[in-house]
Amino acid sequence: MRKTEAVYNRKLVKGNEAIALGAIAAGCRFYAGYPITPQNEIPEFMAGRMPAVGGTFIQAESEIAAISMVMGAAATGARAMTSSSSPGISLKQEAISYMAGSEIPCVVVNVCRSGPGLGGISASQGDYFQATRGGGHGDYRTFVLAPHSVQESYDLTMLAFDIADRYRTPVLVLSDAVLGQMKEPVYLRGYKGREIRKPWALTGAKGRKARYLKSLYLNEGELTARNWKLFRKYRRMEKEIRYEMYLTEDAEAIVVAFGCAARILKTSIQMARTKGMRVGMFRPISLFPFPSQALAAISNRVNRFLVCELNTGQMVEDVRLAVKPGATVESCLCPGYIPTPNELFREIKKRYLASNP
Amino acid sequence: MKPVFKRPKSLYDVPFHYCPGCHHGIAHRLIAEAIDALGIQERVVAVASIGCSVFLYDYFAVDVLEAPHGRAPAVGTGIKRARPESIVFTYQGDGDLAAIGLAETIHAANRGEQLAVFFINNTIYGMTGGQMAPTTLPGQKTTTTPLGRRVIGEGAPLKMAEMIAALKPPAFVARVAVNNSKSIFQAKKAVQQAFRIQVEGKGYAFVEFLSACPTNWKMTPCEANRHVSEALIPEFPLGIFKGDL
Repeated sequence: MRKTEAVYNRKLVKGNEAIALGAIAAGCRFYAGYPITPQNEIPEFMAGRMPAVGGTFIQAESEIAAISMVMGAAATGARAMTSSSSPGISLKQEAISYMAGSEIPCVVVNVCRSGPGLGGISASQGDYFQATRGGGHGDYRTFVLAPHSVQESYDLTMLAFDIADRYRTPVLVLSDAVLGQMKEPVYLRGYKGREIRKPWALTGAKGRKARYLKSLYLNEGELTARNWKLFRKYRRMEKEIRYEMYLTEDAEAIVVAFGCAARILKTSIQMARTKGMRVGMFRPISLFPFPSQALAAISNRVNRFLVCELNTGQMVEDVRLAVKPGATVESCLCPGYIPTPNELFREIKKRYLASNP
Repeated sequence: MKPVFKRPKSLYDVPFHYCPGCHHGIAHRLIAEAIDALGIQERVVAVASIGCSVFLYDYFAVDVLEAPHGRAPAVGTGIKRARPESIVFTYQGDGDLAAIGLAETIHAANRGEQLAVFFINNTIYGMTGGQMAPTTLPGQKTTTTPLGRRVIGEGAPLKMAEMIAALKPPAFVARVAVNNSKSIFQAKKAVQQAFRIQVEGKGYAFVEFLSACPTNWKMTPCEANRHVSEALIPEFPLGIFKGDL
C-alpha cells in the first residue's frame, strides 16, 4: 500500500455498510427501502446517518413504494437510492422501467440472494439476466456495476451516482449475500466525482416554462423515436465499460467470473499458478454494457474460456457472443451454493489437464 | 370593462380531451384556481396518475411527473421530502387510488405526508372502457360486472374519505361533488383548504370528488349529473370528515 493511503480513513466494515457509506459520500440524500435479508444493514445504516447529513430516510410500506419514492426524489434532481435483495428487486422493476423510460437517474442496489421465489438467503448470481436485460417491461437496459470486494462496494456505489446522472438512467449495483455480509478493511477515500447540473429536474416552474417527465408516448412515431434515443444512449454508455484482467498476460486459459465468484476464483487461480498452470481471469465489472470487445481481444490469443457463475449459466451467453468463433467456452456452475477455492481449483485443474495432457 | 371570469393562468389555453359531461374539467379548473389564488404556481410539482387524467401535463402549467399506476402518493412523498419547498399534489382516479394504489394511499396519509391528494371517484374505470372500480355501487353494471356488482364476491364500495379520516395524522379530509353550482362552490373551498394546509406546513390533505362519467355510465351529461345526486351521494355522503374549512 502506498504511503499516502495512511492518511485515508481506513475502516473495517461490511459490504452493505460500504455501499451506504459510498452513497452518502457521493451526495445521496434520499434513501427509501424495505427490510429484506441480506441487505438490512443498508436501510439500518441510512436510518441512522441520513438525518445527520440533512438527508431523508424512509422505511416504505413496500418495495414498490420505496422505488416510487426514489423516482419522485430523483425527479427533483436529488441523488436518490434504494436497495433490496432479489425478490424485492423483482417488485421494483415497475418503477425502474418507468425511470428508464422517463430518463430519471437513480441507484438501485441488489444484494443478490438465491431464487427463484423466496429461494434462500445465501449468495447467488441468479439475477444476472434480470440485471443485464432490463429487468422490467419494455425495451430498456440499466447500467450494471458488479463489485467483488468491500472496497469496490464503496467505490462503485459512488461511481454509480455519476454514471446515473451523466446518462440519466437507473444504475444497478449488483452485490450479493457474501459481499454484503463480509467485513473487510476499506479505504474511505471520499467522493472524487462531480455533481452535474440537471436542467430537466422538476423544481417548480419559477422563471421558466413548466416541464414534465413522462414515459407515455401515444402520438405516431414518438415512441419509436424515444426507443431509438434510449438505444443510442446505451451505446454511448459503452465508454464507461469496466473490467479487470487478472494474470492474463501469459495465460493459456481464461476463467471469466464476476462478483463473489471472481473473488473466490482469485485464490483458485493462485493455487493453479503454483502448480504451473497458466490460467488467468477476466472479470467484467460493468455487466451491462458487457466488456465484449476486451474479451474478443483476448480471444485472439487465448481460445479456452471457463465461465464460472453461481447460477445455471447466464453470463456464459454474453461470453459466447463476445469471443471469436472457434474459442471453446465451458461452464462451471454453482446454482444456489458457494463453492470453496479448492473446489474451483479442482475444476480448473481438471479442464486444464484435459487440454494440456 | 373589468373581466369577471377568465381562464386560470395555471391552465394552458387548450381544449380538454375529456368526454362531454365529464367532471375532470371542473376539477382541473378548481385546482388551477386554487393554485392561482394562493400564488403557488411556481412552487407546484404535480403527480399525474394512470387513467383518463394521465395527460395532466397537457393542461396544467406546472411541473408534472407521471407516476406508475397507483404509486402517486409514494412518488409525491419522494418529491416533497427531497424538495420541501415544493407544493405537491396528486390527482388520481378510483382504480389508481383505491385499488392498485391502496397501500400507497393509506401509508402516505398515515405518515402525514405534506401532500394534497385529489381523488376522482366516478365509480368506474374510465380510460380502459368501463370496468368495475373499488367504488362501484352495489348493483351497478360495468363491463366486468355485467349482472351488477354483488357486494359479497365483488366487494362493497370503498369509502376512501372515511377510511383516511379514521387515521390520526391527516389534517384535512373532505368529500365534495361538482354536479351543480352550489356543490362546486363547496368543492372550491375544500380544494383551496387542501393547498393552504400544505403551504402552512400542516400536513396531509385529501379531497374526494364525486365525479360523473357519462360515457361509461351510458348516460347523457344531464342524467349523469342527476345520478351523482341520486345514487352517488346517498352511498358516499358529502362533507368535511377531518379538519375544517
